[in-house]
Amino acid sequence: MAEKLIGTDIAPPDLIAKITGRAKYSEDFRADNMAFAKILASPMPHARVRRVDASRALALPGVLGILRAEDVPQRDGPREAVLTDEPHYEGEPILAIAAETEQIAAAAIELIDIDFEPLPFVIDPLESLRPGGPNAYSGGNLFSDDAWSEIKWTAEDFAEIDAGRMPNAEAVVEWSKGDVSAAFAASDLILDEVIVHQSLSHHPMEPRSNMAYWENGKLFAHVSTQSAQRTKYAMAGMLDMDPEDIVLVAEYCGGGFGSKISGSTIMALPAFFSRKINRPIMHRVTRAEENYIGRARPGFQSWLKMGFLSSGKCNAIDLYLVEEAGAYGSGDNGTAGMVADLTYTPQNMRFRAVSIYTNTPPKAAQRGPGGAQIISMMEPILDKAGRELGIDRLEMRMINAPDADVSFGPRDSQLTSVHAKEALRMGAEMFDWAGKQSLSGQRVGSKVSGIGIGLSPYTAGSRGFDGLMLISPEDGKLHVHQGIGNLGTHSIADTARPAAEILGLNWDQVEIVWGNSSRGMPRSSVQAGSQTTHAHTRANHAAAMDARRKIQEVAARTLGGAANAYRMDNGVVTGPGGRMTFAQIAARAIELGGEYDGHTLPDDIHETTVPAATGLAGKGLMGVAKDNYGGEGGIYSWVAGFAHVELDVETGVVEIKEYVGITDCGTVIHPRSLGAQVLGGSIQGMGMAMTQRWVFDPQYGVPFAKRLYTARPPGILDVPPNMSWGAVGIADPQSPVGAKGIGEPPVGAGAAALTTAVADAMGGKCLCRTPLTPDIILAELEGRTRAHGRLDMHVG
Amino acid sequence: MGDMDSVELLETKFSRRTFIKGVIAVGATATATSQFLGRPGIAGAQTMAGSAARLITLRVNDQDRPVDVLPNETLAMTLRYRLNLTGTKLGCDRAECGACTVLVDGVNQYSCSMLTHQVRGRAVTTIEGLQNPDTGELSTVQQAVLEEGGFQCAFCAPGFIMSMTAMIDDNPNPTREEAAHALSGNLCRCCDYDKILTCAMRAAELARSV
Ligand code: FES
Ligand code: FES
Repeated sequence: MAEKLIGTDIAPPDLIAKITGRAKYSEDFRADNMAFAKILASPMPHARVRRVDASRALALPGVLGILRAEDVPQRDGPREAVLTDEPHYEGEPILAIAAETEQIAAAAIELIDIDFEPLPFVIDPLESLRPGGPNAYSGGNLFSDDAWSEIKWTAEDFAEIDAGRMPNAEAVVEWSKGDVSAAFAASDLILDEVIVHQSLSHHPMEPRSNMAYWENGKLFAHVSTQSAQRTKYAMAGMLDMDPEDIVLVAEYCGGGFGSKISGSTIMALPAFFSRKINRPIMHRVTRAEENYIGRARPGFQSWLKMGFLSSGKCNAIDLYLVEEAGAYGSGDNGTAGMVADLTYTPQNMRFRAVSIYTNTPPKAAQRGPGGAQIISMMEPILDKAGRELGIDRLEMRMINAPDADVSFGPRDSQLTSVHAKEALRMGAEMFDWAGKQSLSGQRVGSKVSGIGIGLSPYTAGSRGFDGLMLISPEDGKLHVHQGIGNLGTHSIADTARPAAEILGLNWDQVEIVWGNSSRGMPRSSVQAGSQTTHAHTRANHAAAMDARRKIQEVAARTLGGAANAYRMDNGVVTGPGGRMTFAQIAARAIELGGEYDGHTLPDDIHETTVPAATGLAGKGLMGVAKDNYGGEGGIYSWVAGFAHVELDVETGVVEIKEYVGITDCGTVIHPRSLGAQVLGGSIQGMGMAMTQRWVFDPQYGVPFAKRLYTARPPGILDVPPNMSWGAVGIADPQSPVGAKGIGEPPVGAGAAALTTAVADAMGGKCLCRTPLTPDIILAELEGRTRAHGRLDMHVG
Repeated sequence: MGDMDSVELLETKFSRRTFIKGVIAVGATATATSQFLGRPGIAGAQTMAGSAARLITLRVNDQDRPVDVLPNETLAMTLRYRLNLTGTKLGCDRAECGACTVLVDGVNQYSCSMLTHQVRGRAVTTIEGLQNPDTGELSTVQQAVLEEGGFQCAFCAPGFIMSMTAMIDDNPNPTREEAAHALSGNLCRCCDYDKILTCAMRAAELARSV
């Protein structure tokens, strides 16, 4: 019998390359005659280029050319271009110089004579909403139906805001369900809070450096991207070219967290520049540049009213979010509203939001977009209600978390499976929640303990993509062609396991083909939104079932007997007529042709799978299919995080003593990798809650915290040396494999476990803003007014 | 000051501070005006157009490697762009992340923050130098990482592995806390710290058993 693959620890096949230095990320590729590009970035948050004189730069020996905004496509509205003459944030790329060496390119940038006309700017969305407040764009602060407009709130609205109350101001997004005012009237407890969540940069370890060259009209693009197949099409769109003329190489990606989903805008710079000067171009992005062009999670300024019955049940929510949309827009607010309704099941809810353009670096989804922020913000409020009602905080979550019959959001969405309460129960046991109650508020010396819980859901799947695989006559192995990316989740290998199991193969009989579009990539999900594990275990399952049928038919046609009487194990098919190896089957499939070797393809596969499959036709027995398993409802995974912290009341420093994270993400495919996702994602959330800040000079609109040491993502000493994780492990009934994704939900869990634990250490006082840096904590402890306004968006 | 003088000076009087001063001074001459605005595209650039490369011999991964090096060139750039040893990564180029960590005479160092001229006559080991060149056998640390399935995106892995290599030499019997301290100069943005520590402990265990 072939080994069991699902649920076992198997290191991904690329690990040896990763630990020997052979793994090639985009900056590790070289091309003959490669030149280097450097960008000139805007020194102002909003400006217009009045004049550029590049003559001195171009005269510098070794300089090869300049790329300007006019050389790349420009679109109207808040739509990012590779280069622009009207920058909308400090750090936006204006032009680029190519030279024989990077030093020369950098020196040439210094010789550019450039004159900017400074324009009005705004870095705080509330400022833009004030009567007469500045707009991020000359046309306004709101863009819809392809037109700019201006949204301003009234002086009365701001009188309410300044008094600490929720304004009844004009919203752009609004939905409600149930009878919200009647529900609040029936509430036994109503909490009214003002909460601010900061914006924060993604800062993946690998800056988004890219390299490109052209050969006979074909573009060879080495890209740092989370996805692969979809990035090729994104690149084709940016360059307005036939996708089949692109060879996209994306073998490894040093993290993205949502900032490199289908690559990023800057990935097209080497392609444009290389086309213009006819040399391969390497564009290395520095860490400081990464801070600007590398995307950020949007912050929220919010008002939250939550009603509770004396039983502890949340019966009403009124939530108003002002979202910082950055220079190119953001839509985190929508999921934030959905996740709030899903997690606390109030039945009566009003949600309002405005997302306002600002002159700050562009926003993008960051692991658990919208959901992670709102969970980190709302969990301490749930705790506060528990305290006031005299109900244990774990119990508050058990009372309010959804069951399988949940319907949530404006369209009463359903879910495929929910095991949030099982995750809470498992976590409470592993953490010893009951036993640790005595730690709450316990003081030893200057240190006060607090314990907390964060329960965090997020979408974790999608349906309908294609699987493509080939059994080769040469080695008899299964070659699984992956169109998803390789950004460190190991899904590039793990999603192939169901296929191997269906075909009765051991893992060493499987080859993963990935990272180079010329080798054939099926239509795939973007590697984002925790979709991949769910979507591509299904797609590979479908393609493997197709291969299985074909193997049986080829065996029966060759050896006789009924096709379904043939069994396969360990690369051998056995049945009434005898046995054949997979290599023999593959060779025979090529002889038979037609659908067996991919010369005939199913009608329902995606049009972008067709060229990939056609390129592989005749090379072996092909399994190719669309995921037609269907299903109803949203696919969500959950993480329940439990933390114990010690707050030093003399320094304001918080030390995390213990953390436990339990997930409901369906069937576990690869335990060790899952543990890394649960804990790693949780730690990212801890950085979000505690340290990763944005600091802007309000007068000039320029950021101060722009490097790793100023933005402070968590280091190894910021987390406990022992952390634990677990999984509920109940299969999702709507997938043949049962696995759901896991990338997103741990972030909110880790963040909220800390925001609640810190509040607990402070006797239940919610500071209602992140990050919880020592200065903010100390000001509170010492009864001082904070150094910033309650609703200011970018502060220490 | 000629190249010769500046190189000798840096070699004899090296400290982190002199290194920073050296690079900033170079930048300042070329960027006096734009530095005023703190133009971000410039901040990371070492600009020294017109300065001459010199041929020197480096000892890298037990081999003598003759190579042309600019006076202000960092070891990371020499390794990556002249010796094609791209296993050493650049995550920040400013001593903030440890992705560029290599061993210099057995001590883990940020190669982005050393000038190549400083390592003349010293033994440099990069991630490519850990595997046995004849047998292909992985080093103890690499073996431990493989067994424990360490790292996610692994962009930080070469740096961490070099720091782990220095660690097991220095303290072959660490606690998890001590291992965390030994690795605290390396950042993992995927935050795979729990597993990284497990790898480090396994590496120490393997090292003790040989
Ligand atoms: S690249 Fe050297 S420390 Fe970050
Ligand atoms: S594994 Fe991605 S940065 Fe460490």
